[in-house]
Amino acid sequence: MITFTLNGRKVETDAPATARLLDVIRDEYELIGTKEGCGEGECGACSVFVNNLLQNSCLIPIGSIEGADIITIEGIMESKQFKILDESYSHAGGVQCGYCIPGMVMASAALLSQNPNPSEAEIREGISGNLCRCTGYNMIVDAVSLAAKKGDGLWQKK
Amino acid sequence: MNLKDISASVPRKDHKGKVSGQLPYISDVKVENMVYGVLYRSPIAYGKIKSIQLPDLPEGYEAVGAEQIPGPNYVKIIKEDQPIFADEWVNYIGEPILMLVGADLNILYHLLEKVKVEIEEYQAIYTLEEAIKKKSAPGVTMASYEFGESLDTITSIELKAHQIIEEEYDTGYQEHVYLEPQGMLAIYKDDEIVVQGSMQCLYYIKNALINALACGDDDVRVVQSPTGGGFGGKEEFPSMMACHVAVAAKAVKKSVMLVFDRSEDMVVTTKRHPAKIRYRTALDRKGNILSMSVDLFLDAGANEGLSSVVLQRALLNSAGVYKIPHFHAKGYVLKTHTVPNGAFRGFGAPQSFAGIESHMCHLSNTANIEPLEYKRKYLVKQGDPTITKGNFRDPILMEEMIEDLLNTSNYKKKKVEFKQFNQQNQRFKKGIGTSLFLHGCGFTGSGERDHIKAKVKLVKSKDDQVSLKISNSDMGQGIFTTLSKIVAKELDLPYEEILFPYPDTKEVPDSGPTVASRTTMIVGKLLERAAKKLKAKWQSGVEQEVVEDYVHREMIPWNEKTFTGDAYPAYSWGVNIVEVEVDTVTGNVKLEKVYANYDVGKVIDDRVIKGQIDGGLAQGLAYGYLEKMTSKEGKIQQKSISDYGPPTSLDVVSIESKIFDNPYADGPYGAKGAGELTLIGGAPAVQAAIEDALQTPFKQIPVTPEVIIDRLWMKEGVDG
Repeated sequence: MITFTLNGRKVETDAPATARLLDVIRDEYELIGTKEGCGEGECGACSVFVNNLLQNSCLIPIGSIEGADIITIEGIMESKQFKILDESYSHAGGVQCGYCIPGMVMASAALLSQNPNPSEAEIREGISGNLCRCTGYNMIVDAVSLAAKKGDGLWQKK
Repeated sequence: MNLKDISASVPRKDHKGKVSGQLPYISDVKVENMVYGVLYRSPIAYGKIKSIQLPDLPEGYEAVGAEQIPGPNYVKIIKEDQPIFADEWVNYIGEPILMLVGADLNILYHLLEKVKVEIEEYQAIYTLEEAIKKKSAPGVTMASYEFGESLDTITSIELKAHQIIEEEYDTGYQEHVYLEPQGMLAIYKDDEIVVQGSMQCLYYIKNALINALACGDDDVRVVQSPTGGGFGGKEEFPSMMACHVAVAAKAVKKSVMLVFDRSEDMVVTTKRHPAKIRYRTALDRKGNILSMSVDLFLDAGANEGLSSVVLQRALLNSAGVYKIPHFHAKGYVLKTHTVPNGAFRGFGAPQSFAGIESHMCHLSNTANIEPLEYKRKYLVKQGDPTITKGNFRDPILMEEMIEDLLNTSNYKKKKVEFKQFNQQNQRFKKGIGTSLFLHGCGFTGSGERDHIKAKVKLVKSKDDQVSLKISNSDMGQGIFTTLSKIVAKELDLPYEEILFPYPDTKEVPDSGPTVASRTTMIVGKLLERAAKKLKAKWQSGVEQEVVEDYVHREMIPWNEKTFTGDAYPAYSWGVNIVEVEVDTVTGNVKLEKVYANYDVGKVIDDRVIKGQIDGGLAQGLAYGYLEKMTSKEGKIQQKSISDYGPPTSLDVVSIESKIFDNPYADGPYGAKGAGELTLIGGAPAVQAAIEDALQTPFKQIPVTPEVIIDRLWMKEGVDG
């Protein structure tokens, strides 16, 4: 039995220790916002926070997260930060097919909470672990930049 | 919000569900009594199946193969050459032979390893070069077309020419890398099979299913799931998966889900055709073109699929945007025992434009004229004939667009600056390159009239809500938004109130596939007309329906046999300028600046079109220098995203782009096609920029660091 916190709730799973965190999130807890794009840690579509750090959930065996705090896109959906990212992505046109987007939003939130006023280069660096095939990234970069401006203090490091 | 200016951006219809991740793609769907399927695939490139031995299957696990197919064993596309499950011959590594179905994927993968298929191996054709050598052997040439000036005339011109320039140009595979891998689900019901998944063409799938299941029109239904990118990769390929899951669902009487992981997707799905293009151009003393003949070879892979149509588009673009005196072209679709190639944004045009832009640039070097200046001398103008004796009847804004982009990019100044920079720097070299291109919008020739016969429907409910009923997919390109806008504007209704649900063949007529940059222009125009009709007969509080059929604008009739006539109803146009810095030690290419001007008729949504420009250019640029896929003895060598190398946010730079208004009479509000156009100019511009930086020609894409280093070594050998 492995116990961890998922989106603020204590949960227990009897999935085998080698099961991927990605599959446990999706199959056992039916949280579909975390997507599988490559299964090899290359595309970032499955990005989640593990103890506040952005991680690819496809690379994490469930056995390694005993006691950890896991947050998925569903866990931030109600936050003010998410609302700003949502509006900024819409305004900047960062969303096309949408498959990379939850992961991209997680990466954006991770970046902004580390660096509330990133430069364009820092944004490109910050989302470079997340692949998008539709947008050519520029409108996503704009979205993050806009979210930084709109955030106005909200992204200050805790 | 009622729309004033059609181009002003509105929020995407599907934004909310996508940004929160709560919109269910096919892999997010679970239905009652659902089992998974996994495919046993041929490990041999070419051979005859001798026997199939299955392991003992536990209860609830079954095998499905050719004998369970109720109808004929082929995936209906054009030719009957792709079996659903190979049962006699295998023609490529990865060809599906049978499917195992059951509840647990891990058990299925374990069982898959125990399947034994004995295949008698035959001598395969692995490369395009081999296929070209054997093109007269039976079955190797799958399609071929020839047109233009007679070769006798060209020979007589060549005899008098000052010199003949011959070049051979190669383009590689390109992989779609849609972020969502392919996935398809067949939902089993007593009276029908519902196939749901990631797709661009609902009726292609439906027709393939009716054929495979030998069933009636009402026995199958196809529903599009949210589709995580297509780029052509979900045009014809999903038909095969749909046949797999539907046949399996029928056989085991359960719902069957088939979702690829990334490596399976990269290895077995269709890709952009590798091509070899040979140019033979006669020049006079000053370097003016007297004649040009082009031989173009496409590697189809193991079956024809859509390759003949891809070849048509490649040939139709073989002279680029130029009026070449005495032009002749011939093209071949050749079979190799490799994974079948298929539709990919641009559909044959990117190969041709990369080739012709490269060749024109090299000719300009021979003529000792600046490349862009040389190309402009041959630019087609309104009223000029096309290479197939059609006509460029609409206004062409290319001169204006080029002039504007020269100013925006400071092209002439940069040329001088880069030359100085390169003289002063040993290691890093800067270059600037251009590409000029067009895209024929919609199906080639009379395809819309003869094959597609599109039909759209608008339905108004009692509470006056209007829904679009069309078979086209929003795969990210934004038609939920753009087509809803067209209908909203015509009906003078708030955009937010227009409904555009994911299409279901039970509800929507066949408005054609979501391909060929046809959706906005063709389907959008039909919707515009339907909306006008609905408005004219609008009765509040009453259910109403309007159906609108495609009407063909007759031009110079297209003849596929003679390859003459108007190949397209309209053309979109583009100019790209790219600046790069090349590291001559590592061969790495860094994009510095990208500028782009386009004519797409009229923009239906500014933000959507910017998304198409940036995304299309990122793919097109990467096709020129970054993305490399190879096949070795029939095996795709790049099985993961990082092996292949699509661009990350660090590879792309911000793009300065502008759209020129040039409304087209038969497009909604004047709109023409845009989706494919944006990819086409990327590769040739980046190649030209690299050539400018290194002052050496390349005859292939992608121009990878290895290619650059090889070339520099060779150059040093020759020069030094």
